[in-house]
Amino acid sequence: MTDAPAPTPTKALDDVVVLFAGDSGDGMQLTGGQFTLATAHARNDLATLPDFPAEIRAPAGTLYGVSGFQLHFGSGSVLTPGDEIDLLVAMNPAALKVHLPRVRAGGAVLVNTNSFGDRDLSLAGYDANPLEDGTLDGYERHDVELTRLTHEALAETGLSKQEMDRAKNMFALGLSLWLYTRPVEPARHWIRSKFEATPDLRDANLRALDKGYHYGDISESFVARYEVAPADLPPGTYRAIRGNEALALGLVAAGAKSGLDVFYGTYPITPASDLLHALAKYKAFGVKTFQAEDEIAAIGSAIGASFGGTLGVTATSGPGMALKGEFLGLATMVELPLVVIDVQRAGPSTGMPTKTEQSDLLMAIYGRNGDTPTPVIAPRTPGECFLAAFHAARIALTYMTPVIVLSDGYLGNGSEPWLVPDADALPDISVSFAETASAALSDAVDPASGKGAFLPYVRDQETLARGWARPGTAGLEHRVGGLEKDARTGGVSYDPENHQRMTETRAEKVARIADAFPPVEVEGDEDGDVLVVGWGSTYGAIKKAVQGARAEGHRVGHIQLRWLNPLSPGLEEAIGRFRHVLVPELNNGQLVRILRERFLVPARSLSKVQGLPFQAREIEAAIYGVMSEG
Amino acid sequence: MPPPDDSAARPGGTPPQPRGAEGARPDTPQPAGTRKPVEAPAVPPVDGEPGEPAIPETGPDTPAPRTPTMPPAGGGPRKADGPKLPPSKKPARPPGAPRPAVPPQARTIDPEGDGAALGLPVLSRKDFVSGADVRWCPGCGDYAVLAAVQRALPELAETRENVVFISGIGCSSRFPYYMNTYGFHSIHGRAPAIATGLKATRPELDVWVVTGDGDALSIGAGHTAHMLRRNVDLQVLLFNNQIYGLTKGQYSPTSEVGKVTKSSPYGSLDHPFNPAALALGADGTFVARTLDRDPKHMQAVLKAGHAHRGTSLIEIYQNCNIFNDGAFFDFTERDSKPLRAIMVEHGKPAVYANGTKGLVVDGLKVRSIDLDGGRTAADCLTYDSSDKSLAFLMADQLFWDADLPRPFGVLYQEDRPTYDALLNEQVAEVTRQRGRGELAALLASGETWTIG
Ligand SMILES: Cc1ncc(C[n+]2csc(CCOP(=O)(O)OP(=O)(O)O)c2C)c(N)n1
Ligand code: SF4
Ligand SMILES: [Mg+2]
Repeated sequence: MTDAPAPTPTKALDDVVVLFAGDSGDGMQLTGGQFTLATAHARNDLATLPDFPAEIRAPAGTLYGVSGFQLHFGSGSVLTPGDEIDLLVAMNPAALKVHLPRVRAGGAVLVNTNSFGDRDLSLAGYDANPLEDGTLDGYERHDVELTRLTHEALAETGLSKQEMDRAKNMFALGLSLWLYTRPVEPARHWIRSKFEATPDLRDANLRALDKGYHYGDISESFVARYEVAPADLPPGTYRAIRGNEALALGLVAAGAKSGLDVFYGTYPITPASDLLHALAKYKAFGVKTFQAEDEIAAIGSAIGASFGGTLGVTATSGPGMALKGEFLGLATMVELPLVVIDVQRAGPSTGMPTKTEQSDLLMAIYGRNGDTPTPVIAPRTPGECFLAAFHAARIALTYMTPVIVLSDGYLGNGSEPWLVPDADALPDISVSFAETASAALSDAVDPASGKGAFLPYVRDQETLARGWARPGTAGLEHRVGGLEKDARTGGVSYDPENHQRMTETRAEKVARIADAFPPVEVEGDEDGDVLVVGWGSTYGAIKKAVQGARAEGHRVGHIQLRWLNPLSPGLEEAIGRFRHVLVPELNNGQLVRILRERFLVPARSLSKVQGLPFQAREIEAAIYGVMSEG
Repeated sequence: MPPPDDSAARPGGTPPQPRGAEGARPDTPQPAGTRKPVEAPAVPPVDGEPGEPAIPETGPDTPAPRTPTMPPAGGGPRKADGPKLPPSKKPARPPGAPRPAVPPQARTIDPEGDGAALGLPVLSRKDFVSGADVRWCPGCGDYAVLAAVQRALPELAETRENVVFISGIGCSSRFPYYMNTYGFHSIHGRAPAIATGLKATRPELDVWVVTGDGDALSIGAGHTAHMLRRNVDLQVLLFNNQIYGLTKGQYSPTSEVGKVTKSSPYGSLDHPFNPAALALGADGTFVARTLDRDPKHMQAVLKAGHAHRGTSLIEIYQNCNIFNDGAFFDFTERDSKPLRAIMVEHGKPAVYANGTKGLVVDGLKVRSIDLDGGRTAADCLTYDSSDKSLAFLMADQLFWDADLPRPFGVLYQEDRPTYDALLNEQVAEVTRQRGRGELAALLASGETWTIG
């Protein structure tokens, strides 16, 4: 290097969408994760969309083996992972083929030219080399010999070819960090701790990262670097958080704030397993985790723990949710607190395990034998998973009922900057166990204790919650079970009137939960043309679409429901203030049925079931479509 | 005379009455010599907890025809138009041979009923009797088990409030309602899951799982095996009546091949489970077998099971006099029991037939020898319940061979750490090393940055 290269000029952007894509073995999730961390340090708002195949190591070079990590960051509020890609980093032809259609016209494509051999091309189904046949015309192209440059950088490390190959994602990361003027120290820090035990690999990865970063300066491919100013986020301490991590923290918080230990019974399933991985580490926080033999045993063990006075929790995805149905009914019948988390994925059956969907809503609300009312809450963003878990536990403990949390793969794996909540400011969850003195007792005197027998189904007049008497409490020995219970004594009852009354009471108890809810929040316009009603993870995309339509001069409102059962007050009135109701969902139309049934409104469905989240423009187009119908 | 407080443990109503041929459904094949089916009268509810319909749910309608007792794989007599079955082992009795007489009262209960004989001042049997009417059919073997448990508990339980009975679904699974302890009547086959969660979080509780052959070995077989391998510290009372009682008489996973029931009019084809071998195969640490009609033996086994740390699987041969009457009479009735049952005990010689026969282990085979001509108990196998190989031989060979007696008692026992203890130790150890976690610190852990 004789002349120091002239510094590359820097251009300011409002927001950027980057997509890292390669083989599942290329380490793209890791690269994306580290780029996200650096972006968080650069104080941008952000949203991510990891998208990977179900196979752990799908055959190299194939289209279905492509693993991608999409990141949208900006100086303003970032609501979605982005509709169009500004920079695609493609580690091989398959990644290029899968994702090029999503790159905006004039967007940038960075390819590893070393992986465009004949075999790579044919695996990706390319007849001709896209680098040579004009496929990339109209894009800003960066051809980088990632593999060769990484090997060159690591030539003196004595690592095997394979080991050197594995470091090429660090080269790509370094280069991407340079391109968007992100701090490189967070990645360095991560490498140092990750490879603490293997100094060889640690140094090689650090070197590849730094070489990548410097390559930007010395290569002439890049005419400009980009800068995205820090977002105007509320002050406080932040961390990047994924939905599954936030759920785990919410459960720990619920344990701490209720003074109860948490018991988490589960069976591994994508995309819920990370919750187990997180909670299994929190033993010192009063959390016990139990990897059961199946999802049935998982929920059963959680109910057993709740019977014993612990906060019982179980989590799964759709197939496991189907298995838990019978036990969910039992939890409703015995009226014990229980949190059931469903991190939804594309169904039916095994469906597409790594792809997101919202198609378990009707199962959550209705999917059990008998009339089995169950509260259902759905977080809207990865960070909000924290409060969803916390409030689910609060409601479960306050009302003595199972509560279902509907997260999904997009929230579970997606991340965003999260304002760390003030632990002291979280509300306490008051739990009082029935003690002999406080318990409702019958007149019939038990010869052993000399007192009346405990009446387990005597209810709190306000919440209709029954008393929670833990085994080990003398004098309150009682039996619960799945057979219908007499409303007064709690004994088994087949009485017709009693069953009617108990069925209505169980429904009323769940309905009453809404008494404490604030009215639904309408974002955008309070009345007008179209009200868009969504739930859960579609929040960002709907919000952006509504902003777009309003910018075009239309009067559009937006309600994103958190509680799906019971519904928050004010929804019917809000619906009445708009000419049209549009319900976008990542399913074949589920919430829309509930709204039609509840409010007798001709709500319109916008359904997307492609394993991917909505793009804001899809929803915006649907808003215009609904309006044009009159 | 039983004292009045004994009523909860007694079947109400009159003994079973013949029902008459018109009650039998025409589509049920009736082997020659079958006795008339009986109907259990519903027990009227009495004061106390609200009434519960008689078991089975709508009352038995067509009890299954009785078939001669045979070992589980036994072919036994069957009609010529039945399916061709593989060659069967020898039945317990030659086909057509008379079965042992049924005692007039097909149940055995504690005559005193108050545990006073056991010299226990603190808790008495009465303390464990709930107010709920017991709704098993008159004559059902379940009564004897209830009585035995209620009798044993005053001695075994330190406090009543720490005792929890958890059951699945089935006639037997109604058990918790009749115990004045904490109880959980759950769903079919899943009691082990509930019990595991409860023990994991409340290891100090004295947990009993009550289950049936269908509950534990059909729908819940997976959970049973996993509970055994984990060695959760609890007692399992497996009421084996070789039939689905509550659903009115279908064959169960322990029913013998060829069994004629409503769901198997031409004889069942299913090879049965051998529950003790299954438990040993799942690495159960305590495997025992006892009989509803031998309350003394049952008491002893219940006590041994309770004293054991870990999952104590107690299989109880229980007579379902409505749908499978006499299934175990070979082992319970006076004239056949001596030759067909052997009570094994650790450290004692394996003798039976009132001391006239004994068992020896010859290579990998268990053989019966006559104790005469100078051969004494000293020549017999000394039972060692800590020897797993021996337990396998006994559980397996004696189960299938009708020429050998079936073993009862503690077949196997081993000390192994329990899952609940290990889990709680691990949590305590992590907490000791790292200190009790702070929520605020956890929330702000990982990479953070500050704005403003
Ligand atoms: C999920 C489910 N499937 C089926 C049933 C119907 N059912 C209730 S008890 C039972 C069999 C009970 O047999 P067993 O466990 O041997 O108990 P027993 O009545 O003989 O004591 C069946 C099939 C049920 N209650 N739940
Ligand atoms: S097991 Fe048989 S005898 Fe006992 S209650 Fe059930 S059906 Fe009646
Ligand atoms: Mg049975």
